[in-house]
Amino acid sequence: MPKSNTILYLDGVSVSFDGFRAINNLSLVLDKGEMRAIIGPNGAGKTTMMDIVTGKTRPDAGEVYFDGQVDLTKHDEAEIAMMGIGRKFQKPTVFESHTIEDNLMLALKGPRSIFPALFHRRSAAEARQIDDILGIIRLGDKRDELAANLSHGQKQWLEIGMLLAQDPKLLLVDEPVAGMTDAETEETARLLRDIARDHSVIVVEHDMHFVRELGVKVTCLHEGSVLSEGSLDFVSADERVVEVYLGR
Amino acid sequence: MILTRAIGLTLLLLLGMLSPSNAAEADLRAIIAKFATASNFSATEAVVRELAATGDTAVERPLGALAEGDLYVRKADSLVFIGKAAGGSVELLDPLSGEKSGDAAKSEITKIKVNNTLRRAVRDALGTLTLGAKDPAARIAAADTMFKTPDATNIEPLDAAIASETVASVKALLEQARAASVLVSDRPEADKLAAVALIGGRGDRNALSLLTAVEANSEGAVKDAATAAIANINSTLALWDAGQNIWYGISLGSVLLLAAIGLAITFGVMGVINMAHGEMVMLGAYTTFVVQEVIRNSFPGLFDWSLVIALPLAFSVAALVGLVIERGVIRFLYGRPLETLLATWGVSLILQQAVRTIFGPTNQEVGNPSWMSGSFYIGQLAVTWNRLWILVFALGVFAVLLYVMKRTPWGLQMRAVTANRRMAASMGIRTPWVDALTFALGSGIAGIAGVALSQIDNVSPNLGRGYIIDSFMVVVFGGVGNLWGTLVGAFSLGIVNKFLEPYAGAVLGKIVVLVLIILFIQKRPRGLFALKGRSVEA
Amino acid sequence: MITGRFFAAGADRRIAITIFILLAIAIIVPLLNLAVSPTSAFYVPSYVVALTGKYLCYALLALALDLVWGYCGILSLGHGAFFALGGYAMGMYLMRQIGSRGVYGNPLLPDFMVFLNYGELPWFWYGFDQFWFAAIMVLAVPGLLAFVFGWFAFRSRVTGVYLSIITQAMTYALLLAFFRNDMGFGGNNGLTDFKDILGYNVQADATRSALFAASAVTLALAVFVTWAIVGSKYGKLLMAVRDAESRTRFLGWRAENVKLFAFTVSAVMAGIAGALYVPQVGIINPGEFEPSNSIEVVVWAAVGGRGTIVGPIIGALVVNAGKSWFTGVLPAFWLFALGGLFVAVTLFLPKGIVGMWDSWRGNARALRAASITNPINGEAGTDPAVPPPPKIVRSAARTPGDWSASGPEPQPAE
Repeated sequence: MPKSNTILYLDGVSVSFDGFRAINNLSLVLDKGEMRAIIGPNGAGKTTMMDIVTGKTRPDAGEVYFDGQVDLTKHDEAEIAMMGIGRKFQKPTVFESHTIEDNLMLALKGPRSIFPALFHRRSAAEARQIDDILGIIRLGDKRDELAANLSHGQKQWLEIGMLLAQDPKLLLVDEPVAGMTDAETEETARLLRDIARDHSVIVVEHDMHFVRELGVKVTCLHEGSVLSEGSLDFVSADERVVEVYLGR
Repeated sequence: MILTRAIGLTLLLLLGMLSPSNAAEADLRAIIAKFATASNFSATEAVVRELAATGDTAVERPLGALAEGDLYVRKADSLVFIGKAAGGSVELLDPLSGEKSGDAAKSEITKIKVNNTLRRAVRDALGTLTLGAKDPAARIAAADTMFKTPDATNIEPLDAAIASETVASVKALLEQARAASVLVSDRPEADKLAAVALIGGRGDRNALSLLTAVEANSEGAVKDAATAAIANINSTLALWDAGQNIWYGISLGSVLLLAAIGLAITFGVMGVINMAHGEMVMLGAYTTFVVQEVIRNSFPGLFDWSLVIALPLAFSVAALVGLVIERGVIRFLYGRPLETLLATWGVSLILQQAVRTIFGPTNQEVGNPSWMSGSFYIGQLAVTWNRLWILVFALGVFAVLLYVMKRTPWGLQMRAVTANRRMAASMGIRTPWVDALTFALGSGIAGIAGVALSQIDNVSPNLGRGYIIDSFMVVVFGGVGNLWGTLVGAFSLGIVNKFLEPYAGAVLGKIVVLVLIILFIQKRPRGLFALKGRSVEA
Repeated sequence: MITGRFFAAGADRRIAITIFILLAIAIIVPLLNLAVSPTSAFYVPSYVVALTGKYLCYALLALALDLVWGYCGILSLGHGAFFALGGYAMGMYLMRQIGSRGVYGNPLLPDFMVFLNYGELPWFWYGFDQFWFAAIMVLAVPGLLAFVFGWFAFRSRVTGVYLSIITQAMTYALLLAFFRNDMGFGGNNGLTDFKDILGYNVQADATRSALFAASAVTLALAVFVTWAIVGSKYGKLLMAVRDAESRTRFLGWRAENVKLFAFTVSAVMAGIAGALYVPQVGIINPGEFEPSNSIEVVVWAAVGGRGTIVGPIIGALVVNAGKSWFTGVLPAFWLFALGGLFVAVTLFLPKGIVGMWDSWRGNARALRAASITNPINGEAGTDPAVPPPPKIVRSAARTPGDWSASGPEPQPAE
C-alpha cells in the first residue's frame, strides 16, 4: 500500500499486555484531510490504538507512519505532539487550576523549551489567536474562569479548543460527546466538521446519532483489528458488526 | 531366658560403670599422697605419670592445680591440698572433690614446686587423659587442642588413643592431631609428607595456619607439599567463603523479608504508604521485652517459651495499633498517597516518643531462649541458631500470608477491593472493613517480625527507623502488589549487600546497594515483577 | 473575570509586602542589635539575631521545597541533602579559613585531618580557601546532584511516592557516606570550630548581624525569583504538569525538562540556605542528612500552605518557633507535638494556613460577586446557538489543594 498522500498509516500493528492482545494485526489508513469515525465495543482497542499513535504505548510489531514518512514508533509523546498530532482524552483533561485563557496559552503552537517559556511575553498575534479559538468554542465570556469550574461539556470543548490552539495536522478525538446533551452533541458535530475542513481527524465515539451527523467513513474495530469499514450505512448493515456491537 | 540375660548384662554394665570411680578414689588418694614425699622434680614427674596412667578424669583437678602451682602439702600431717590464697591465710581444698577442708597459715604448708619440664609433663598427661575420656566431645576437644598446639611428645599418647578409638570421626581428628605433631617432630620425611597430605585434607583455617608454619620452617619435598596443600586449601576456603557470604546474605534477606512483608500488604496490596511500619516492628520487639520481663519475674521456667508466647501478643498489639491508625487517620486519606505518607510519618514520631517515654530511650535487654543460642558448623560454614530460626520463621510467615491471600475468602475480598473498590462494594463486600482488617494484618505481621528481630537487634525506640527505608526498597525493588516479588527482592538485596561488603565495607556496600536500587527504579519504575498493562500506566 | 484579576493583584500585593518586610528587618534588626544600648527596651539580643537568622534559612529551604512540591507536585523527601551539601561547601571554606589557629596548628590541614593522619589535603578540598570558589560550589554541588538525579528520575517517569522514596534513599545514602571518616568531610563530627568568614570573626555580633541581614535579603530575593518563575508561562506549565502531566506531554511539552528545571533551581536555593545556615550555627555534621530532617521541612511547607509563596515561609517560622518553645519548656513533648502536627495538617488543614485564609476570604468574596456573575450567564443563555449548559457539574472529587499521583492523570479505559 503506498504511504504517500496518507496522514496516518498503520500496518500489521500488534500489542499485548500480559498476554492479552489489545491490538491484533491492525491496519488502518487515513488520507490527508480525511475525517474518520471509529466505533467498536468496549475492549476493541480504540484507545490503545490512540496510545500507539501518540507514542504512549510502543507496539510489539507493525508499522506506524505519520504523514507518509515519519515512523511514529521511534518517537515519544512530546515529539509526536510537536510533529502535529493532537489528542483529546476520553475523560476531558484540562488544567483545572488554570484559567481557560491560560489553558489555551499553554496549548498554543510555539517553541516548547523551558527558557522561552520562562521569559515569555504574550504577543498581539497570540492574543488574537486565543480570542479566535475562544470564539469557536464559545467560551469567550469565561476566559478568566478556572477550568475546574466548567461543566463536563464545556471541558470537552475547552480540550478541543486546546487541540485547535496546537494547530495539529491530525486530531485524535476520543469520545467528544460523552455526557453532553443532544443540543451540545449537534453543536460538537458541527464544530468537528468545521475543523475537518483543514485538518485530518479521527473520532472515536459510541453515539451513533453523532457518527451519523458527522457523515464520514466509519471503521469498526473488534478485538484489536478492523471488523468492517465503509459508510455508516454499509457498516451498520454488516452482520458481524450487528453481532458484536450494535445488537439486533 | 533372654530377659534374664539382658537384665544380667545391664547390671554388669551398671556395675562396670560404677565400680571404677569408687574403687579408684582410694587408689588416687594414695598416689596423690606421694606428692608429699617426692623430693625432686623427676620424682614429682613420676607421680604425675602414675596419676595419668590411671586414666581417671578425676585427676584433672590436682594435676591442673599442680601446673598452676596451687598444690600444697600440709606440714603437720603431710596431706596434699589445693590451696587458694585468701587474705593472709590459704584456703585448703580437697584435691579430688574440690570441697573446702580448712584454712592454713602460709607457714603451715609448703608449695609443691614446678618447673617447665614438669608443666609440660602435666599438660601431656592431661591431654592423654582427656584423649581417653568417655565423652566423645571431650576427646574431640582434646584432639583439637593437640592439633592447635602440636608437640612431638604427643605422638605416642595419640598413637595409643588412635588404636583404642572406636568412633570414626573422632579417630580422624586424632589422626590429624597426630599428623600435626609429626610435622614438628624429627620423624622421617615420608611420615611428614603423609602428615601434610592428611592435614591438607582437613582443609580449614587451622590446617592453613599450621601448614603455613610448616612451609616457613621446612624445606625440600615437605615444603613443596605444604605449598601445594596451602594453595589447595585456599581455593577450597574461597568456595566456603562464598558459601558463607551467601548464607549471610540469605540471613540478611530473611530479616529484610520479615521487615518488608507487612509492608508488601499495606503498600503493595493496599497502596498505602505507611511510614509508621517500622514502629509496628518496634512495638512487636517491645512486646517481646515485656513478655520476657513478666516471665523472668514470675515464671522463670517458661523462658524458653517466651518467644512463642510473645508472637500472638505482638501480633495483637501491632494489629490493634494498626487498626486504630487506619480508622483514625488513613481512611480519610485514601487516594492521596503523599498525604498518607506525611500523616503516618507523624504517627511514627508519636509512637516512637510514646515508647521512649514509657520504656526510656536506652536499649532494652531481650534474651535468646536456649534453642536460639549458639551455632553449629556445616563444613566450614558457621550457622547460628537464631539466624537459622529467623530464616525458617520468615519463610513460614511468607507461606502463611501467601495462603491467606490466595486461598481464603478474606484474601479474595482483599484482592477484589484492591482491584476495583467500587465493584467490590457493589457486590456486597464491606470495603471499609476489608481495608481496616488488611491494614491490621499488615501491621500485625510487622509486629511478629519485631519478635524475631528483637533476637538479633537492639531493642530501642529507634529500632523501626533502621528498617523503614530498607523495607520500602525491598517492596519497590520486588514490584508493588506482588508477594513473590518481595521474597525475591529481599533475598537478592540481602545477598548482593553481603557480597559487596568484603570489597566495599559495610557502609559503602549499603550505599552502593541504595544507588543501584535508585538506578534500577529508573530502569524499571514498577519493580522487578511489575504488572504490565494499560491500567497501571496512569 | 474581575475576581480573577483581583486575586492576582492580591497575590502580587502579598509578595510585595513580604519582600518589603524582609528587607526592612534586614536593616532594622541589626540596627537594634548593634546601635541600641543593651539596656534599652528596643534592644534585640544577639541570641535572638542568631536564632531568627537560622529560622530565615529554614524559611528559604521551605520555599525551595515548595517550588517543587507545591507548584510541581514532586514531594521531595531529600531536600535536606541539598541544604546540607550547600552547608558543607560553606563549612569547607570556613575550615580552610581557620588556617594555623587550629588545635594542631597545621597551616594547611584542618584539625580532623591531622587527627586522622591525612598526609595531604584531599583534592576536593582545593580551592575552598577562596570564598568565590566556595560560593560557586554552594550553587553547583546541590544543583549538579539535583540535575543528575532528576535527569534519571524524571526521564524514566518515576512519579508520586516512588519518587519520594528514592529521594529519601538518596539523602540516606549521603548520610551514610558522610558519616564515614575516610570520606574526608570530618565524619561523625562534621566541620566546626570556625573562626572567620571573609576576614571577620564569625562569633562577633556585627558578623552575626551581617549574616542575618544576608539571610533576610537572600530570602527576599528568593521570594522575588520564585514569584517571577511561578508567574511566568513556565510557572503555569509547572502547575499544568502537576495537575495533568500527560496532557502537557500530548501538547508537546517535555514534562521531564519542566520538572528538572524546577528541581534544580529548588536544589540550588536549598544549597544557598544551607550555606547561610552553617556560619550562623557554627557547625555542619552528617546529621543534617537525616531523612527525618527532610520530612520536617515538608511539614513546614504543609503547615504554611503549599502552592503559595508566603505559606512555606510562615510555616517554617511558626513551626520552628514552636519547636524552640517546646524544647525549652516541655522537651519530652516536642515529638508528640510534631507528630500530631503532621497528622492534623494532612487531615484538617490540607491547604495550610495561607490556603485556609484564602479560601475563607474567597468564599466571602464569591458571595458578594455572585450577583455580578449571574447576568453574564443569563446573557450566554440568550444566544440561540449555544444552549446554556443544563447543569454545571463541579468536580467534587478534587479540590485544588489535592493533587495526588493517581488523581488527574487521564485513565484511558474503553
